[in-house]
Amino acid sequence: MPAADRPTAPAARPAPLAEPLEQGHSPWQDAWQRLQKNRLAVFGLWALVVVSLACVVGPWLMHFGYEEQNLDLGATPPSGAHWLGTDTLGRDLLVRLLFGGRISLAVGLAATLVALTIGVVYGAVAGFIGGKLDAFLMRTVDIMYALPFAIFVILLMVFFGRNIVLLFVAIGAVEWLTMARIVRGQVMALKKMEFIEAARALGFGQRRIIFRHILPNILGPIVVYTTLTIPGVMLLEAFLSFLGLGVQPPMSSWGVLIKDGAEKMEEFPWLLVFPGALFSLTLFSLNFLGDGLRDALDVRSSKD
Amino acid sequence: MLRFITSRLLQSLLALFLVITATFFMIRFVPGGPFTAEKAVTPEILRNLEAHYGLNKPLGRQYLDYLGSLARGDLGPSFKYPNRTVNEILADKLPVSLELGLWSLAIALVVGIGLGTVAAIRRNTWIDYVASTFGMIGISIPTFVVGPLLVLALAIHAGWFNASGWYTPADRVLPCLVLGLAYAAPISRLTRGGLLEVLHQDFIRTARAKGASEFRVVTRHALRGGLLPVVSFLGPAIANILTGSFVIETIFQIPGVGREFVNSAFNRDYTLVLGTVILYAALLMLLNLASDIAAAWMNPKVRLEA
Repeated sequence: MPAADRPTAPAARPAPLAEPLEQGHSPWQDAWQRLQKNRLAVFGLWALVVVSLACVVGPWLMHFGYEEQNLDLGATPPSGAHWLGTDTLGRDLLVRLLFGGRISLAVGLAATLVALTIGVVYGAVAGFIGGKLDAFLMRTVDIMYALPFAIFVILLMVFFGRNIVLLFVAIGAVEWLTMARIVRGQVMALKKMEFIEAARALGFGQRRIIFRHILPNILGPIVVYTTLTIPGVMLLEAFLSFLGLGVQPPMSSWGVLIKDGAEKMEEFPWLLVFPGALFSLTLFSLNFLGDGLRDALDVRSSKD
Repeated sequence: MLRFITSRLLQSLLALFLVITATFFMIRFVPGGPFTAEKAVTPEILRNLEAHYGLNKPLGRQYLDYLGSLARGDLGPSFKYPNRTVNEILADKLPVSLELGLWSLAIALVVGIGLGTVAAIRRNTWIDYVASTFGMIGISIPTFVVGPLLVLALAIHAGWFNASGWYTPADRVLPCLVLGLAYAAPISRLTRGGLLEVLHQDFIRTARAKGASEFRVVTRHALRGGLLPVVSFLGPAIANILTGSFVIETIFQIPGVGREFVNSAFNRDYTLVLGTVILYAALLMLLNLASDIAAAWMNPKVRLEA
């Protein structure tokens, strides 16, 4: 549409007879509008969309495979043919970066999903049923908070062969504790409310009340905390890969690339700089988005 | 208060016992043993070795033996360092990690609380934005990116420091800076958030009305409540800092506990793995308890419930 048409466009609409009722906004729409005002969160959202799309689609569009070696070429700085340069085996860094991104993002999402599932179910059950069961479950969480989990994950990965599924499970099993606490606190506050009493009066079972009536009402904190868990999980994966315990070659992840880059940075600094920058950008975006969501959904940090 | 502490100590002891048991049996069910990598070990020598370290006894018996010597404070002999005990090795490595940790902690506290306080007082000015951006950057960029980049810039190109090692005082600068700033970032965010919550409360207005200087209002009245989130964060954080960041010790080749732990796991050095885990878990639990007590002391509203 030509720009000049725009001012006339509203007038072309038939004038309404009466002032129409203002459209209502759902709380989610309100939150979305608040989020859009937060420039850093919007930036984070777009950066994440671009990075994920590039990682998923990118490798198919490239001329090089991620393990395609060119030993004659060796390590070269960024050039027209290889935009981000090549590594010591002559592999294209951009392709490896996008491919590694798939793994890093997949680990981030999958392990977060594990943590989310355990944490939500555990917290909801503890909060809803209450009493002795709640005391037992939360005391268990307290004790587990005191365990050196980073050490356990390292031990697991050293001993049981660095398998990627184990990686998901191990990281997920570490990260669910805070989610359980948050969900429990929210459930405890909700379960006294009248609509829950109404659901009980209607004879609904506990499972139905928890999953159909309570959980939808605490989606806000869950979404926020999930967004903030993903960067933590990705950091843990990269940390393990950096120690040589995560993803194994010829597969790559951002952690692996950063580790390789750090070893060769003296001669070939681009091998460290690009993976480091992309990984940091992604974590940055996730953190900004999570912070923005927290403000937009007005979630106060949980206190139990 | 005393009841709280005793009950928490008992709880910690139980948790510690669980950690020891879980770790003990986990490492035994893993393929490979401490002597599998040794070349040219004949079956007879292997048997002798195993007999020497008691590895030929039933597993349950070994477990009880271990608990017994642990009760006497003896973490056992190392399987990989001949003629050295785990106690000696840890006594060797711990001071290094402690030195790294204490300097880093000092940097983290000074920079973190300083920046957070300034940001909260000058809310929504450029100072606040700079401080908040620093906090976000510090949280998002991992130490294993910052560390190598700083080495590249300041050690390799500028030549001000050695790229790795732990010999001269100058060798301390980069690792402590990287580790310290990594913890300064979350501390500055927590300080800012905590202070903002406190600064508009009535007792602050009262303090101002009494004519207290702004400096006194902040340092004497606001910070006490405002630092509560920081104190809760510090318990586990200090344990992490003190026992050495595995990554920092790896990057800078610092002979501390963290690096030793990763190596001992690779080497299947059972006793050394267990010793490090126990050291770390005990420290973590003690510091958690300490930070809970400190939080209660700072805020009478927090009641200690065992």
